[in-house]
Amino acid sequence: MKLIRGRVWKYGDNVNTDVIFPGKYTYTISDPTEMPQHALEDLDPRFVKGVRPNDIIVAGRNWGCGSSREQAVTCLKETRVGAILARSFARIYYRNCLNAALPALTCNEAVDAIVDGETVEIDLEGGTIRCARGEFPFPALPPAVMAIFDAGGLVAYTRRRLEAGDRGGQA
Amino acid sequence: MGQTFAEKILARKSGRGQVAPGEIVEITPDVALSHDNTAAIIGIFQQMGGRRVHRPAMHAIFLDHAVPAPSTKHAENHRVIREFVREQGISNFFDVGRGICHQVLVEEGLALPGEVVLGSDSHTPHAGVMGAFAAGIGRSEMASIWAVGSLWLRVPESMKLTVRGRFQPGVTAKDLALWVIGDLGADGGLYMSVEWHGEGIEAMGLAERAVLPNMMAEMGAKNCYVPPDRIALEYLTGRAKRVFEPVYPDEDAEYTEAIEYDAGVIEPMVACPHAVDNVQPLSKVAGTRIDQAFLGTCTNGRLEDLQAAARVLEGKRIAHGTRMIVIPASSQVYVAALRAGYIETLLNAGAIVESPGCGPCMGNHMGVPAVGEITISSANRNFQGRMGTKESEIYLANPAVVAASAVAGEITHPKDL
Repeated sequence: MKLIRGRVWKYGDNVNTDVIFPGKYTYTISDPTEMPQHALEDLDPRFVKGVRPNDIIVAGRNWGCGSSREQAVTCLKETRVGAILARSFARIYYRNCLNAALPALTCNEAVDAIVDGETVEIDLEGGTIRCARGEFPFPALPPAVMAIFDAGGLVAYTRRRLEAGDRGGQA
Repeated sequence: MGQTFAEKILARKSGRGQVAPGEIVEITPDVALSHDNTAAIIGIFQQMGGRRVHRPAMHAIFLDHAVPAPSTKHAENHRVIREFVREQGISNFFDVGRGICHQVLVEEGLALPGEVVLGSDSHTPHAGVMGAFAAGIGRSEMASIWAVGSLWLRVPESMKLTVRGRFQPGVTAKDLALWVIGDLGADGGLYMSVEWHGEGIEAMGLAERAVLPNMMAEMGAKNCYVPPDRIALEYLTGRAKRVFEPVYPDEDAEYTEAIEYDAGVIEPMVACPHAVDNVQPLSKVAGTRIDQAFLGTCTNGRLEDLQAAARVLEGKRIAHGTRMIVIPASSQVYVAALRAGYIETLLNAGAIVESPGCGPCMGNHMGVPAVGEITISSANRNFQGRMGTKESEIYLANPAVVAASAVAGEITHPKDL
């Protein structure tokens, strides 16, 4: 999907993975389809009730800090969130997003301009975000990372590499 | 131009002469660390079409997050992992009771200078205490390493923190870590390789140094490095599982940020609810009522930490209505603390001593708080809901302050008991 159009759920700085997907479920819920019901459980109880496919999360600095738990990305992917736009991401969270092929974008100007609840449009190929207050460009992903994204995520990407007989690392 | 630690080691491991921040490199780690989440990784590995793990000797798998199993579901997870480890011939497997992965990796001589450790745990940077490049990754990334043996890494910018002077009595590396995180913020080291230098670091033992890389995850760091000096190299004599070659940054390396701290001006610090960078001097929060004190975790569950607590608790009793939970970080720590008499002192004071592992740190079991309760903890994270319920509060402090607070039933400086 190259054009993402959805409503905005706007949050602040340093939102951590414990409030995105609580740690107490990390070893008891392994089925991805069970994860959406706990998405943002300790941050915003309205989210699960109101979220619709392609909705966009807009956040401040350091979204997804804390634990490396991938469920904090999976629960949003399964909720069919279209993209996450933030001032910055915690690094493991950012990697987990790219590996799940969930667009994770950074653009301070767009974060400033966008208001909670408005509908915005993200053009992934064109690298722009359109909202009521204007159009903003965002930096493209590095090519090496784009390959994972284009494959539909790391699972599909690695499966292809294995099928092609690739043993990336030296034995 | 000189190179930082991260640039030098990633250049070496990727087979390039020189790399620059922002460059993407493909790396085969020396150690691939996973824990209870190995069960989930197995599932992803199979989805990828993986059958045999790349080089079984590279893997180190620990059962530590919910051990011994608190529920059938957890036990089932453990069973699946044991079966997989047997099938795949993974010899570096540390079952229930051995201890917390980050501590045990060091004890087992598997965290080595000049090596790369990638772990599916956010506190993987801990291994930087031995001079390794250690970074946390996701579960799918670990599965991908199992499958093809390597992973992409972005060469990080580097930050140099230099610690001058010596601590005042009663001040520890935990206080320094909290001070720095409070100063720079929860994203103050985002994506960066954080290096610790200076005589303040050289004066510390390994147990104390380990707190620094452990806690740098809370500042967003990718990895954290302490230069392996004589103390580190002596510790590894007869312990290191492989021959290793330390990596040191060049004198003229270029850092994105370089900051100096004076250890002498730091006082005991406390991270207040619900963020690790919400840091206050102990004197500002002293008197806050607590229900529970928790001493343990990969941050502060080592022998020296139990010793500090035992010294405070010697001949005293934990306050009526307050409970104290102690969890040694590993079986070796437990045995050493038993021999030294610390366990007896802790028990006599009324503490509960539980088997090595992560315990209630992320809300699994062994002392989770009730709604409305307040915990003072020696852990590294105090996010809302972390210990199981979001209607509770967590304060983070050094082990002696945790113990003193248990005695007083409120946050207390040990000297005020």
